[in-house]
Amino acid sequence: MRRLINPLRIGVAWLWISLIVLLPIAAITTKAFDHGWSGFWDALTAKNAVSTLVITVWVSLLVTVINVVMGTIIAWVLVRDDFPGKGVVNALIDLPFALPTIVASIVLLSLYGPDSPVGLTLNATQPAIVIALAFVTLPFVVRQVQPVLIELDREVEEAAASLGAPNRVIVAKIIIPTLLPAILSGAGLAFTRAIGEFGSVVLVGGNIPGETQVASQYIQQQLEVDNQVAASAVSVALLAIAFVLLGVMRFVGSRSAKREENE
Amino acid sequence: MNLSKKTVLSLRSVALLYLLVLLVLPIGVILYRSFERGFGEFWAWITTPAAISALQLSLLIVAIVVPLNVIFGVLVALALARGKFRGKAALQAAVDLPFAVSPVVVGVALIMLWGVGGWFGGIESLGFRIIFGLPGMVLATTFVTLPFVVREVEPVLHEIGQDQEQAAATLGASAWQTFWRITLPAIRWGLTYGVVLTIARALGEYGAVLMVSSNFPGISQTLTLLVSSRNHDDYNTFGAYAAATLLMLLALVALVVMSLLEATRRRNRDDD
Amino acid sequence: MTINVVGANKRYGDFAALDDVSLEIPDGSLTALLGPSGSGKSTLLRSIAGLDRLDSGLVEINGVDVTYATPQQRDIGFVFQHYAAFKHMTVRENVAFGLKIRKRPAAEVKAKVDDLLEVVGLTGFQTRYPAQLSGGQRQRMALARALAVDPQVLLLDEPFGALDAKVRDELRSWLRRLHDEVHVTTVIVTHDQQEALDIADRIAVLNKGRIEQVGTPADVYDRPETEFVMSFLGSVAKLNGVLVRPHDIRVGRTPELARQGEQTSEEAGVLRAEVERVVYLGFEVRVELKNAATGERFHAQITRGDATALQLAEGDVVYVRATHVPEIAAAK
Repeated sequence: MRRLINPLRIGVAWLWISLIVLLPIAAITTKAFDHGWSGFWDALTAKNAVSTLVITVWVSLLVTVINVVMGTIIAWVLVRDDFPGKGVVNALIDLPFALPTIVASIVLLSLYGPDSPVGLTLNATQPAIVIALAFVTLPFVVRQVQPVLIELDREVEEAAASLGAPNRVIVAKIIIPTLLPAILSGAGLAFTRAIGEFGSVVLVGGNIPGETQVASQYIQQQLEVDNQVAASAVSVALLAIAFVLLGVMRFVGSRSAKREENE
Repeated sequence: MNLSKKTVLSLRSVALLYLLVLLVLPIGVILYRSFERGFGEFWAWITTPAAISALQLSLLIVAIVVPLNVIFGVLVALALARGKFRGKAALQAAVDLPFAVSPVVVGVALIMLWGVGGWFGGIESLGFRIIFGLPGMVLATTFVTLPFVVREVEPVLHEIGQDQEQAAATLGASAWQTFWRITLPAIRWGLTYGVVLTIARALGEYGAVLMVSSNFPGISQTLTLLVSSRNHDDYNTFGAYAAATLLMLLALVALVVMSLLEATRRRNRDDD
Repeated sequence: MTINVVGANKRYGDFAALDDVSLEIPDGSLTALLGPSGSGKSTLLRSIAGLDRLDSGLVEINGVDVTYATPQQRDIGFVFQHYAAFKHMTVRENVAFGLKIRKRPAAEVKAKVDDLLEVVGLTGFQTRYPAQLSGGQRQRMALARALAVDPQVLLLDEPFGALDAKVRDELRSWLRRLHDEVHVTTVIVTHDQQEALDIADRIAVLNKGRIEQVGTPADVYDRPETEFVMSFLGSVAKLNGVLVRPHDIRVGRTPELARQGEQTSEEAGVLRAEVERVVYLGFEVRVELKNAATGERFHAQITRGDATALQLAEGDVVYVRATHVPEIAAAK
């Protein structure tokens, strides 16, 4: 009986993953190439397609940089600092994970939209998109860096200090290098999430082609006018960017893990 | 590393200010807006027929998606943790795939597979409405929630190892008895956490469900679709705020449960 | 219940965990499978249990061919190195597990569990959880659990390996006493030759997937059949290429004095050696010597009395003779 269970289990696992995840991806990839490589390329180089991809990547990069800086600082404060209410703040970081994206969007709309209580009407501008993306990608860098910071051997810092290194040197030469893999990992996750983000942008972005239309909105629009190939092509482009990035991250991650092993 | 008091306070302020402006302020505004007309109005807008049916639809989807993910998620986790087979890395990567896919792309992909003209489009002719029907919304939600249970249960399976299961076998327990009495209790916290994440994500799914739903109020709108439709189609900003606040409160409950579970799991782990 | 293994083979890729292993384990004995890491002893034990599958070969328990039987069907008790305690169950529930699976009536189960807990010295621990027990207590619980179903054979995989030295010693003697009372055919895997010599009726010495020798503790210690067995079971000294036990070396100031004492059947020659160091280790004295002819270094173990009589000092020239030379068969 046992001899049957394992292959059966593996078979069912593959079947489930295929049905839910792999087959849809295969279907959309095939559709993207319905008119061959030239059709695929044409879809990607259509005027609004190019601009939407450029806008999406640009905004996502910006948000990723913001996250790298702020995420690291927040992680530092949560690990090394202490103040009343720290526990609540820590739990709050996960809010963007738990919050529906459309709720994030409307929440930001209420603050930065036409009804803004602080008089700041940002909707239908790129800054609005940046804010929305920063909102939903907040946890990524923070949660990747925190555990590494916690594990960080204080004695190494103390040794450096005893050898005369000032704080900025300790940060630059000891702390940042140790945190770098985690920061990059979080950055990769944040970027991947940002380029595909839809729900949080929908109400505050304005969806202006060539200005504030992000890739996901472009895809939706193409599908609505029944340009299935165009929608699929841009989708595949997004997937490709995400896969390449995650592949690179995995590679870098395994190399740094190997280095850790040899210690 | 000893930082000067000034540096410590500066860092703390920068971090807290950022969080305040990014997170707290917007949420505060919407909570205020939702209740500034009094609790009565808030309640009225979350108990309209459209709102109630939206809640029911959201919960129905959750009620289908969670058991599916539990059964198959545990199965996949077992296959990954206990099995030795070629292509295991590929299966592992496939489980993580949903994290890398934009919700809109999920929707389009499902339409390419199940929609009219899609690979399995023929199913429509058999009378099954997948796209623009409940099954489509279930498939979309399952896609985006697939990794959670697997990723929470798999490490636990690795951690507990196979010793207990082998001991049970030597004591006469069949495969099913071993799974039910030994494996399942051992993974219960990881599984629960995965289920909470699944529920939170399922309730909050928007982009993928939007693409595959016919989006008719009272019929095929989930709570998230209700929020955007009220805002966009009805220009009912207040109604949208109310529905959003309801979702936010559900999310906060999920967050609290997650934190409590996390603390319990950490305590249990320390006991070993 | 005898256990019979014939021609067992198991490979992991290029690595041969078991290479044509055959072994007979007599009914009611306590047999130790002794060897270094990777020798195949655990693989052999687990094959008897059905936890690992052989590539080829036969396993019989009490005359019944169980080669293809699952662990559930073999009626065995197995104790793991790291206890394999069911963490979410109490001590009582752990020990009762096998009985509950067999659907024994509740009253019978309770009585048996209480009885066994008394045997293993854990009375009063019924409602505790494994996390609240020490390592030694967990292992005793594991033993009670394995014995609860009255197994035909009891198999223990380095059961004391994860415990402190003192607890290990205590449990070791306790296991032997338990075996003397209960008389279940027991097989214990260990890499500790002291442990094997201490408690086993028979020892099977394994190396690189093969059995080097099977015999009583005295057999394998005094009459090793291979160099490996001799080196593994105790310390060795090399006298002109011949392996002897350091305590079988007689040291004297003159060749005649060295020849005194027990005569071996084969008159081993007398060697001239230089004393490099004398170490007083408590009850024994270790004399580190250098073969005057070949420069080979070895050590002899003599009593304090002899050491005092000889008054050895660094640099002294002495004469040594082996009083017992084991006949080692040609290297396999």
